[in-house]
Amino acid sequence: MSAVLQSLVNQPYKHGFVTEIESDIAPKGLNEEIIRLISAKKNEPEWLLSFRLKAYQKWLTMTEPKWQNVQYPKIDFQEISYYSAPKPKKKLASMDEVDPELLRTFEKLGVPMHERAALAGVAVDVIFDSVSVATTYKQKLAEVGIIFCSISEAVQAHPELIQKYLGSVVPVGDNYFAALNSAVFTDGSFCFIPKGVKCPMDLSTYFRINTEGSGQFERTLIIAEEGASVSYLEGCTAPRFDTNQLHAAVVELIALDNAEIKYSTVQNWYAGDENGVGGIYNFVTKRGLAKGVNSRISWTQVETGSAITWKYPSCILRGDNSVGEFYSVAVTNNYQQADTGTKMIHLGKNTRSTIVSKGISAGHSNSSYRGLVRIAPTAEGARNYSQCDSMLIGDQCGAHTFPYIQVQNNSAKVEHEASTSKIGEDQLFYFSQRGIDAEEAVSMIINGFCKDVFQQLPMEFAVEATKLLSFKLEGSVG
Amino acid sequence: MIDKNSTTILSVQGLRASINGTEILKGIDLTVKSGEIHAIMGLNGSGKSTFAKVLAGHSAYEVTGGSVQFEGKNLLELPPEERARAGLFLAFQYPIEIPGVANTQFLRLAYNTVQAQRGKEELDPLEFDDFVREKMKLLEMKPDFLERSVNEGFSGGEKKRNEILQMALLEPRLSILDETDSGLDIDALKIVANGVNQLANKNNATILVTHYQRLLNYIVPDFVHVMQAGRIVMTGGKELALELETRGYDWINTNKQSVAGVTA
Repeated sequence: MSAVLQSLVNQPYKHGFVTEIESDIAPKGLNEEIIRLISAKKNEPEWLLSFRLKAYQKWLTMTEPKWQNVQYPKIDFQEISYYSAPKPKKKLASMDEVDPELLRTFEKLGVPMHERAALAGVAVDVIFDSVSVATTYKQKLAEVGIIFCSISEAVQAHPELIQKYLGSVVPVGDNYFAALNSAVFTDGSFCFIPKGVKCPMDLSTYFRINTEGSGQFERTLIIAEEGASVSYLEGCTAPRFDTNQLHAAVVELIALDNAEIKYSTVQNWYAGDENGVGGIYNFVTKRGLAKGVNSRISWTQVETGSAITWKYPSCILRGDNSVGEFYSVAVTNNYQQADTGTKMIHLGKNTRSTIVSKGISAGHSNSSYRGLVRIAPTAEGARNYSQCDSMLIGDQCGAHTFPYIQVQNNSAKVEHEASTSKIGEDQLFYFSQRGIDAEEAVSMIINGFCKDVFQQLPMEFAVEATKLLSFKLEGSVG
Repeated sequence: MIDKNSTTILSVQGLRASINGTEILKGIDLTVKSGEIHAIMGLNGSGKSTFAKVLAGHSAYEVTGGSVQFEGKNLLELPPEERARAGLFLAFQYPIEIPGVANTQFLRLAYNTVQAQRGKEELDPLEFDDFVREKMKLLEMKPDFLERSVNEGFSGGEKKRNEILQMALLEPRLSILDETDSGLDIDALKIVANGVNQLANKNNATILVTHYQRLLNYIVPDFVHVMQAGRIVMTGGKELALELETRGYDWINTNKQSVAGVTA
């Protein structure tokens, strides 16, 4: 790997700082007591406590998955603190009352949220550590009957919806990390779009992991009723730490007849330093149920951060004619490891799915695409198209593709395409011979490579994604 | 086009270069003045493409001796992008494909970079669109070409025309065309040659690197140099190319000493 490429891909993480806010931290360790404490702190109804305890019992019987193509030291789940909340000085009625230190943090991240909310028309449900401290535009959304709030709030205000849908797509015992999340989740977002309502704006959440050593167990639930549609944006950055932080989120989406949910993520959590020390462990379960006829669930993700990414946003296409989409860019550098992909489970007739995955590996990193396309016997006329492209920068990194295809209905049509390319000296030389320096060249090549995915992102998110890739792969040419 | 008032654009003296420790260029001398067209001919492996790449600054080659002055500057000290901005252009033998990057985007970035260097006005996408469409007429290119990804899925002829289009946009002082004629059918060759002829003027210079005489029927050189084993072994006028065509390269070996009385 040339010196130019080396310096391009080795730019330090720009969001490494810790905000000093008094935190309310639970003692380390996981047991029934802690779960009861979390539930009590949040004043939860009895059924939710039993949901958590059931998940915990399941989790105790499970073992950590070993099939993924990533390596990491064993996680000591008793060394993690499962609850941490910023202590607000008083009850918050508006953004002005939010801790100024917290607001400064957002500013450092380039998220002037109040402005952003006003100018861009985005409602920002700010998550700081595990508890929501401010929600904007809630009332405007409420006028059309949309509920957009923290999941803890929803538990208090709309218990019937939570009870009906929580765990309906990702059951408590679905997998090791989902079971852990179900037992100890502290907060997250809830979004409900009633029948026939098209959400008038993109809904956005900025996650931020803070307090060192506190696990993050977010829980997100989005429901689009018959004929409803919503576009949801999730963006993340985290401060720099040397000890690894575990993140195990669960996201569930439910689309009823003719409903549409578009879920977009830009993730730039701390990935560890150039020697692979530190960084977030990101074990996420994301799944959408296209329950109704003609429903559509679309996942778009730009994954640039975390030391380890283990994530397979999936679609269960149960409704006839339902559509599932997965568009992904995963960038790994230094010693990052990503094992990511999707599952498209075709159950209904004439269900369609599209998978476009772009993996970019640099440094000593390893990136794997892992995907499953399953056509059930009931899925008459189902179709899938998958495209998995990998790009290598330098010669120390790896890219792998593990596509699984199971077809049990012979009327189905499944296509899979894959390619591997490399940014090499010759490509950079071509640009430089036209007067373009290496930094701009790499940025242009990468953005071109990711175009199919970026054009799926909402406009302002696409800009942010382009910037994040630049953070990741550019720097001063030395 | 040789002119009394011409100035020296390129002066190469004793240039030696190697790749992975193997010496390819073994002492090249060449002077190119404004208004001149030079052809460098030779068999495969004679070092002519290497010479082109070394002048452009390809990092795979190590210069081990000699000097190169370009417009009075020490060319060998400049990184490749600065050589390009200074007005040295290489039309690639194998233009690189860049999937997902629209040609118009790439061309505009290259154009504006060079314009900025020259202290001239940069163009916004709309202005550039008008400008580039005008230039495209020169090479009889279809408008849809602008929206396609750079060189991706282009035919050999389209790739070469794209190189000449870039040359037209960047208005270099010295253009080096590396085997631009290879892989072209006769119609494409005529279009490309016509483009090169129209771009040549008394202020710039062109070096054609080619294997065959065919290109020289359409672009008439002032000088023809024959390369062999990393050296220029014979220099003559345009008739030397015809001589080579009829007698073959072997003829050179017996006539190295009888170089015609033209020096470049």
